[in-house]
Amino acid sequence: MPKRDLISIEDLSRADVELLLDTAESFLPVLERDIKKVPTLRGRTIINLFWEASTRTSSSFDLAAKRLSADTLALKASGSAVEKGETLKDTAITLSAYSPDIIVMRHPSAGACQTLSANTEASVINAGDGKHQHPTQCLLDLFSMRQNLGRDLDGLKVFIIGDILHSRVARSDIMGFKMLGMDVTLVAPPTLMPRGIEEMGVTVEYDLANLKDADVIYLLRIQKERLKAGANYLPSLREYSELYGISQARLRPGQRVMHPGPINRGVEIASDIADDDENLIAHQVFSGLAVRMAILYRTIVGYSDGSASGEVF
Amino acid sequence: MERTWCKRLPAADLLIKAGRVVDPESGVDAVRDVLVSKGKVAEVGTDLKAGKNTRVVDAAGMLVLPGFVDLHTHFRTPGREDEEDLATASAAAAAGGYVAAFGMANTDPVVDTAMILKGLTEQARAAAVIPVGFFAAVTRGLAGDQLTEMGELGAAGAVGFSDDGRPLATAALTRRALQYVKVSGRFVAIHAQDDSLFKGGQMHEGSASARLGLTGIPSLCESLDVSRSLDIAAYEDATLHICHVSTAASLAAIARAKEAGVKVTCEVTPHHLTLTDEAVAALDPNLKMNPPLRAESDREALVTALAGGLIDCVATDHAPHVAEEKDVPFEEAPFGCIGLETAFSVLYERLVLGKALDLSTLVARMSAGPARIAGLAAPSVSPGAVADLCVVDPKARWTVTVEGLRSRSFNSPWLGREMTAKVRLTVAAGRVACDDLA
Repeated sequence: MPKRDLISIEDLSRADVELLLDTAESFLPVLERDIKKVPTLRGRTIINLFWEASTRTSSSFDLAAKRLSADTLALKASGSAVEKGETLKDTAITLSAYSPDIIVMRHPSAGACQTLSANTEASVINAGDGKHQHPTQCLLDLFSMRQNLGRDLDGLKVFIIGDILHSRVARSDIMGFKMLGMDVTLVAPPTLMPRGIEEMGVTVEYDLANLKDADVIYLLRIQKERLKAGANYLPSLREYSELYGISQARLRPGQRVMHPGPINRGVEIASDIADDDENLIAHQVFSGLAVRMAILYRTIVGYSDGSASGEVF
Repeated sequence: MERTWCKRLPAADLLIKAGRVVDPESGVDAVRDVLVSKGKVAEVGTDLKAGKNTRVVDAAGMLVLPGFVDLHTHFRTPGREDEEDLATASAAAAAGGYVAAFGMANTDPVVDTAMILKGLTEQARAAAVIPVGFFAAVTRGLAGDQLTEMGELGAAGAVGFSDDGRPLATAALTRRALQYVKVSGRFVAIHAQDDSLFKGGQMHEGSASARLGLTGIPSLCESLDVSRSLDIAAYEDATLHICHVSTAASLAAIARAKEAGVKVTCEVTPHHLTLTDEAVAALDPNLKMNPPLRAESDREALVTALAGGLIDCVATDHAPHVAEEKDVPFEEAPFGCIGLETAFSVLYERLVLGKALDLSTLVARMSAGPARIAGLAAPSVSPGAVADLCVVDPKARWTVTVEGLRSRSFNSPWLGREMTAKVRLTVAAGRVACDDLA
């Protein structure tokens, strides 16, 4: 079986996505047991390379691999040979000597997963590369939607609001949401809206006038860097919050709020929403574990349902 | 005034039999024999007979073309001979049918004094298999502060002046350069780019960069500098050459300037004529160049402008990088690709066989067009001319491979791809510079 990477959501067909979500669902009972571990990937080696800060993604990949009984190895840029100037190609060659089955990587540069994949036999799973893609975030978002809003997401109206320009989550989500038939609207200040994005089949808006049409409101974090002098993406957080921040007052009943985290209270999201049980934010974190278990499992045993070989849980 | 230099290889005596001679200069497009004697074209006709010491080349089914001239090569010498030098670059050029090539000044040290230029001409005499020449920098050390001694550099043989790789950052500097270059009788070639709009740019700004999440380089970044520089050239009545034009908006500005009589010429690369930003999706660092691959509408405008003559010539912007520089994530890779060995094949297959350009026009834009800008006699397969020609097998299929490339670097966007048409023989300045037929 040729190795299977997951670098972009575009590496997956709709059937693959649905299979991954079904697989994640089948892992849920495991996560509710007292002993939350299955022997499925015993003897397999999974390396987590996080060249950029991460809490949710790195912890859930690590735990997902452990829940499946795989051996894991976690490396960060600080304290590794990267600080001594080792190139990614050489890191790939070095780690490949351990014959890992999967390397999960987060990296600040788009294209890093391709470089890694070209230099290892292991399957590469992208845990975020620059502003390019974050496919596992998209899959867990889809899982949370399916668990909370019903299995059929076709026709669901989603508003993605925030710094679209710098967001790998937005790019993966647009692709995944569209794939499952959702209707996607992007809202951002014009300075943070990438030119040409409408060709992905989304509606582009610069204000919240049509927010009432949304079933799901997906908020993106506003980074402090966007306010650096001379960048001129935004005049102030205050004005951003005024124009684009979401509070209960802006919602109608039934609208569900999502956020990939970490949140900025009082900027893109008001505390009254952040603390409200109706939002899906904590569920997204929970989904991360089941979905990443499913991704690791499918990457090793195969995507086509019938061909799954080796131990099954 | 001597502006190119090469090794003194033996003068060629050849009878090239029954090839299709396509020579826009003499207006010939017919099957002919070409007799080269002591390095000159002695006769073009039918049923020509070879003398005793004349090698006969069977060119049946092949094209016999005036040799190509590249106005935009990065020889990487001095300073980065690990990437390329005059021997390997000139061999690569010869393999691509080139009979002359001009190097840009962004070397280490920069070509900014007559002393360095003269050192290079000596090296060229020792190592180059085709005539090569050199641009000198507009500003010392390409620092954008102080003009070079253009009078002395021009007298030492600089073909023109360029800070290529960097723009002339201000209107005031562009103006001074275009004023002062007149002491040399040469021209200024600009790398048009508004740095304030370039910052952090990775690829063309458009739907592909939006989808990929790579910082865009807007077409505006080029066309603003093109427009400004054209206005200054018009005001100063100076001669301006615009390197590697990549956008439709730049072409519109150049068309207006040419219409108004501004002394401007421009070039386009083979990759901008044949590839678009969509090709970047796989994040192959060999497809990262500056200017970046643009939108399909830009590419179409470039092809139309080349066909109609608004663009004067094809230039490769041959930019070698060693493997370790390109074997990194796309966002960390340097800009640039090599192009000398694939230029004609790519353009013949994509544009001529693709019916976007006729062969004679392509040949004119690769040969006489750039030669005139450089101040060289236009290569011509006609009696009395120095033999500057190439023989091309238009049906040959070949694959671009690391081992097959003559260049020391192999950062080609076409690596691993199958090509149509291959240069089999190149005669440059009357000497055989590349020979795949022997």
